[in-house]
Amino acid sequence: MNPLLEVRDLVTGFGSMRVVDGVSFRVAAGETYALLGESGCGKSMTALSLMRLLPDGGRIVSGSVRLAETDVLALPERDMRRVRGGRMAMIFQEPMLALNPVVKVGAQIGEALALHRKLGGQAARDTARGLLDSVGVPDATRRLDSYPFELSGGLRQRVMIAMALAGEPQLLIADEPTTALDVTIQAQVLDVLRRLKAERQMGMLLITHDLGVVAENADRVGVMYAGELVEESARDAFFAGPQHPYSRMLFEALPRPGDGGRLTTIPGQVPPLDGSLVGCRFAPRCPHAFVRCREESPGWQAINGQRVRCHLAGQLPAQDMRDRVAHAASAHPPQPLLQVEGLKVHFPIRRGFIQRTVGHVRAVDDVAMSIQAGRTLALVGESGCGKTTVGKALLRLIEPTAGRIALGGEVITANNAATLRRQAQMVFQDPYSSLNPRMRVADILLEGMDALGVGAAGQRRDAVSQLLRQVGLPDDAGGRYPHAFSGGQRQRIAIARALAVSPRLVICDEPTSALDVSVQAQILNLLKDLQNDLGLAYLFITHNLAVVEYLAHEVAVMYLGRIVEQGAAADVLRAPRHPYTQALMSAVPRIEPHAGEGIIRLTGDQPSPLNPPAGCHFHPRCPHAQAVCRQIYPDRTGLGGGHWVRCHWVAGRHPDFSKEH
Amino acid sequence: MSFMPVILWTDRLIFALLAGVLVLVWFIRRHEHLRAPWRLVAQRPMAMGAALVLGVFVAIGLLDSLHYRERLADSRADAPQYSVEVLSVFDALVNGLRTRQEKTYSAPLAMQLYAKEFVERDGATVRDYPRLHYGGAHLTHADAHGPDIARRALVGLAQGLAVGLLLFGLLAAWQARRTQTHMGAWLEAWATGRLGWPARTVVLVLALMLLLGGALIQLASGYHVFGTDKVGQDVLYISLKSIRTGLVIGTLTTLVTLPLAIGFGIAAGYFRGWVDDVIQYIYTVLNSIPGVLLIAAAVLIVQVAIESNPELFDTAAARADIRLLALCLILGVTSWTGLARLLRGESLKLRTLDYVEAARAFGVSHARIISRHIFPNVFHLVLIAIVLDFSGLVLAEAVLSYVGVGVDPTMYSWGNMINGARLELAREPTVWWQLGAAFVFMFTLVLAANLFADGVRDAFDPRMGTRR
Repeated sequence: MNPLLEVRDLVTGFGSMRVVDGVSFRVAAGETYALLGESGCGKSMTALSLMRLLPDGGRIVSGSVRLAETDVLALPERDMRRVRGGRMAMIFQEPMLALNPVVKVGAQIGEALALHRKLGGQAARDTARGLLDSVGVPDATRRLDSYPFELSGGLRQRVMIAMALAGEPQLLIADEPTTALDVTIQAQVLDVLRRLKAERQMGMLLITHDLGVVAENADRVGVMYAGELVEESARDAFFAGPQHPYSRMLFEALPRPGDGGRLTTIPGQVPPLDGSLVGCRFAPRCPHAFVRCREESPGWQAINGQRVRCHLAGQLPAQDMRDRVAHAASAHPPQPLLQVEGLKVHFPIRRGFIQRTVGHVRAVDDVAMSIQAGRTLALVGESGCGKTTVGKALLRLIEPTAGRIALGGEVITANNAATLRRQAQMVFQDPYSSLNPRMRVADILLEGMDALGVGAAGQRRDAVSQLLRQVGLPDDAGGRYPHAFSGGQRQRIAIARALAVSPRLVICDEPTSALDVSVQAQILNLLKDLQNDLGLAYLFITHNLAVVEYLAHEVAVMYLGRIVEQGAAADVLRAPRHPYTQALMSAVPRIEPHAGEGIIRLTGDQPSPLNPPAGCHFHPRCPHAQAVCRQIYPDRTGLGGGHWVRCHWVAGRHPDFSKEH
Repeated sequence: MSFMPVILWTDRLIFALLAGVLVLVWFIRRHEHLRAPWRLVAQRPMAMGAALVLGVFVAIGLLDSLHYRERLADSRADAPQYSVEVLSVFDALVNGLRTRQEKTYSAPLAMQLYAKEFVERDGATVRDYPRLHYGGAHLTHADAHGPDIARRALVGLAQGLAVGLLLFGLLAAWQARRTQTHMGAWLEAWATGRLGWPARTVVLVLALMLLLGGALIQLASGYHVFGTDKVGQDVLYISLKSIRTGLVIGTLTTLVTLPLAIGFGIAAGYFRGWVDDVIQYIYTVLNSIPGVLLIAAAVLIVQVAIESNPELFDTAAARADIRLLALCLILGVTSWTGLARLLRGESLKLRTLDYVEAARAFGVSHARIISRHIFPNVFHLVLIAIVLDFSGLVLAEAVLSYVGVGVDPTMYSWGNMINGARLELAREPTVWWQLGAAFVFMFTLVLAANLFADGVRDAFDPRMGTRR
């Protein structure tokens, strides 16, 4: 069968850099081909080269791209416009930026229809409605007249897909289509993409860094590293036994359930692509590299259907499975470090001329938790559920509306905030915005010590180099500015900054979500080592359940400002009881095939905390909702071992469990 | 001593500003992240060419800011008396231009007045255009006029070319030595633009200015290049003297603007709440009063104050100077709102960034957060605003002086030149050269400032980031 898309020896350059260097692959109709790799490996540039939409300064140096019988690179720009959107379409990562905020959804889809299918008026409207229906947008007729800002992230991404489909393309390029979305929404969108591909017999080029997404969606997989394709094979073979050392390390860097050991990390970073590369590009980071790897770039080798570019193809030692150790029992005796009761953060909504308060956004509504010294509590939930607000309210970065916070037995008020700040610090999500670009690293680390008067002034400089060593940065790092560091190194600096005042509790707000898998593993290992060495307690705020499984002792699941389930990590993650937790767990794309349990797909989006549903907040999306759920917010139902849920359905099924208050 | 130095108020501020700029340059050179964008500016041919032109203007302005009073020739040595006229080093350099005064209007490069008078010729009194005292006075016959101008222009160009070639040769030799290459190799690199800096543009702009300068000097020694004004003063001299006024207005005003804009803008954005409300009300109110009206009222008040206290000023120059300073103050007070609004928006964004949150988590004081986290991160906006506002202020001075509420009428300024030319434009034949000269000088300065500002903005604006 002729392939739908055939790319041969594609080379794309930016000045002297070759960001895509000799990439060849084929995509057949009705097939999903996944391009996998870390950021900076040239995945997106490959896609943009196919569309001939390279940013300024980029140009295709050589190679050929054939879409069915058309030579895409030879087309004049006028004909290329018909190919874009008409024969191959692209979905971008950020649905916020890809839709025009001042044009109604229907008109934006209509534009594509008018261009590629010459449809107008009522015919265009009907087709647009049909498209929205097919991508699973509820109430499609009404949505045609909505503006993008009225839609949630998941709906926007669906509208994007509908627009891409308007020209009935043969090939759909999806560039990280779900990276910006929550897991439950990601599962919905990926379902839509899978169904559409099957219905329309489209070819799909899926670009992602997420092995889980690849496992659930791809038919064939290509792994990219530093502008080159290094491995290519069918999905099942790839997941059964990746051949390239880079692919293997990507797998090993991934935190997996019940895995207490250290994660494998890939040392170093992707080399700069400035044409001075000799030999295998992965050699500097490869544990198996030998002399030949540094001198000679490996060619393609085939091993039972899998193709790989490695001198050691087929000779690598069998993949060593990591030891699956249970969490080592903590050496520190359990004593509650942080106790929170009835924490509420309400943001007033002001309207009108005199700014009258007309309502409250209940971002955090009656949250209670306790963390023991040297242990980790993970706070899990989708974006907008208030988990970051909890973290900031604990540090009084946002003044809580109500609630009692006790740290080490001492109740924290606005007056003794300095005590709090000595003992609790925060690590932020985005290492690029959490370091002041105009301050040297040493000054960044000194800031907290100076402000809180930690240690004698003369010894602080020594403390800085000690801190840098502790987080694994070179000694001379202190004199440099943040822009000289990579994302992972910046996150290390941010961790060092928090540690500078020797806190006992560190609040980590999604510290790895902006990082690549291999770097994430380094940071997680570091956090774990620090916990073992210094006896730190972590409040780990995240939406990434795999990380939770790796790091947390206890888990609290938040939905719309309230904790709906809490308990020991093993209990909550292995046997989730709340329907929301169950849905969350089953929505996570997994590398391993799902165990027998049915996959629960949530419909709809999280409601706005401005106007939460009456009764149980989760009932509009809950498959088990009953009449009582719509009226009364459920009480805690204890399940033993400190595990509790707030759910009428669970309480009804376990009448023997006593109700706690 | 044969002269007494005079330091006017604006002189003090100008040299304070110069010192400030030098300190800033020293500071920037020591900080890599501050230096990087300036390197980008230095790589832009347009910006560097404009900077050279600006440099010439600034040099003239600085020379014109070193004031002194000459000792009267007949005063006694033990009780020296000084002239009431305040001169500057620049006046001394171009003394000829200042003193060669005609009776009234004469056209550029003319040898006769622009108005007919009764003159004695061969014993009879006839009504004719009389010869000028200085312009073309060395010519005995009117036929030699054209060839003489051409000869002087060519000689000037040749001299300019010679100086230019000499400088270029020295530059090439120095650069070749510094980079340890052969001079031929350096020249080849220069011609093909393969040096790290826009050497071709710099050399060409410099050569162009030298050629123009040479021709001007040659012509000015025998003629009034831009003609003379109503009282017979050389228009070229007036235009050159006006440079200082323009620069003072363009730079000192920003000195007044900056503290207001930075203080209010950052305070409003950082503290929000009632502070923000109050500051917003202030600048909305200020913005809703027509600017010219406010300035006119303030200038009139200052004028009355100056006239009722004549004893405070020992010379006319000091009086005019105070009025210029007052104008800068008033312009500054009315024009800080735009930058303040910009800084407020940026601070609103910055205060939510994680590094500010992190500082707050350490309990760092507000003053320290503002000085270490907010201000350094909005500084590029301040810089862009300064260079962009400069040309606007130079033009504003011209407009205000034209309306009659600008600088002192005795002060040399482009606005006053245009104002003076206003009535003469209506007469037949038109006196166009005053307006023309003011236009040429103002155009050159403002264009150079704008081109330079473009370069600065492109280098500092993070949104332009990757593109060059």
